[in-house]
Amino acid sequence: MHRRNHIQFTRYLRDEAATNALGAELAARLEPGLIIYLCGDLGAGKTALTRAILRALGFVGKVKSPTYTLVEPYEVSRLNLYHFDFYRFNDPHEWLDAGFRDYFNAESICLVEWPEKADGLLPPADVRILLEIQDVGRMADITAETKKGEQCLQRMAQ
Amino acid sequence: MLTLGIETSCDETGIALYHGERGLLAHALHSQVAMHAEYGGVVPELASRDHIRRIVPLIRETVKMAACELSDVDAIAYTQGPGLAGALLVGASVAAALAYALNIPTLGVHHLEGHLLSPLLEENPPAFTFIALLVSGGHTQLMEVGGVGRYALLGETLDDAAGEAFDKTAKLLGLGYPGGPALSKLAEQGTPGRFKLPRPMINSGDLNFSFSGLKTAVLTLARKHAPDEASRADIARAFQEAIVEVLTVKALAAVQQTGHRRLVVAGGVGANRQLRAQLSGAAQRQGIDVYYPKLEFCTDNGAMIAFAGAQRLRHLNTQDRRFNVRARWELNQLEAV
Repeated sequence: MHRRNHIQFTRYLRDEAATNALGAELAARLEPGLIIYLCGDLGAGKTALTRAILRALGFVGKVKSPTYTLVEPYEVSRLNLYHFDFYRFNDPHEWLDAGFRDYFNAESICLVEWPEKADGLLPPADVRILLEIQDVGRMADITAETKKGEQCLQRMAQ
Repeated sequence: MLTLGIETSCDETGIALYHGERGLLAHALHSQVAMHAEYGGVVPELASRDHIRRIVPLIRETVKMAACELSDVDAIAYTQGPGLAGALLVGASVAAALAYALNIPTLGVHHLEGHLLSPLLEENPPAFTFIALLVSGGHTQLMEVGGVGRYALLGETLDDAAGEAFDKTAKLLGLGYPGGPALSKLAEQGTPGRFKLPRPMINSGDLNFSFSGLKTAVLTLARKHAPDEASRADIARAFQEAIVEVLTVKALAAVQQTGHRRLVVAGGVGANRQLRAQLSGAAQRQGIDVYYPKLEFCTDNGAMIAFAGAQRLRHLNTQDRRFNVRARWELNQLEAV
């Protein structure tokens, strides 16, 4: 069973600058081994938030959508970061067949879009971020789901 | 020389046999060949990226189609990257094992080199140097192709590929996923000009693209207007017009900037009728020759890997049996031949 969450807060992201600011806050708290789920509909800004995190870490190259490739690896600021997107999975078992289990280890940071497409097989999230489309901008709902996630989000919640 | 090509970088398992003098003898994709018997009557939907189960039957099938024997093969070319490490390893290890058994050389091929040289598989191939617009679900790039191993990236997408934008917009409009072709069909019924969507980066001054923001623009439109068939068709129309205009303007700008008068349009989006009409019209006015390779050579396939491998093996005497894969591999790291 999951333990009860003690840290949960929301951020309103009016524009790209607000997304970048949230990305920078998260980037400063990333630790190896962390698993972050990025949830939300198409166009909710999951890849945009990932890009903001990578920019804040100092990555200057292109941060493309991993929808087609399923995973985009990054080595930045002494971190191994994997940006996954399981949107195209028809069955959670494809996660196993794609050979992704090894990517989730103590040395890597995994950001996962569409984790629900690998439901039941994917290691649980330390932090879950739900992005919702508003009339203007997005709302980010951020939850720590493990002790590790709490450590990451400490001081971020007001 | 007979080269066996193996492509397993993403979804498709592609196998082909290319002969130095006789050309392409046979090529097959897992999705096209009846392999039902091999699976006890069922082609598994599950694990669409499971190359292991289908690669050997597909090689057998291709050899049979080419009316030759496996022992006739002189060399094996496999996709070494970029792509999914696990998927690439299947092709690489099968290639190495077969090469060891047959005592023939193997060569790792760059996936994009395969795409860039694939127009040369056609009967009327473009002469070097040409500009290639590669537009698919996974790629949106403008390249200058000066010869085997002579490639310059002129521009590419900063976020979503054009085909991905089509597929995701289709989903946003309720057409399912992947629904790019369905979206184009719906767009044909739409009223031009009713909605106007932004042309991302059209005036950026470079040859890069960005299609991610169009999703938000489509979402905003779709939320504002009733989800009736006419509005959906009009939104689809506006979306397609935006993408087609950006692709056309940038592709022609690449031709103008480099001075090469040949443009190859490769990738699944290259089959889009509106893109073809607009691009061909504008190119004709500017005296540019546009080439559209057959769709089977545009999407991921084994033929392009066999062909690219054959071009390199002509100049290379290798007996190396080690194999490796490269999930990330920049095209400019390739050596010219």
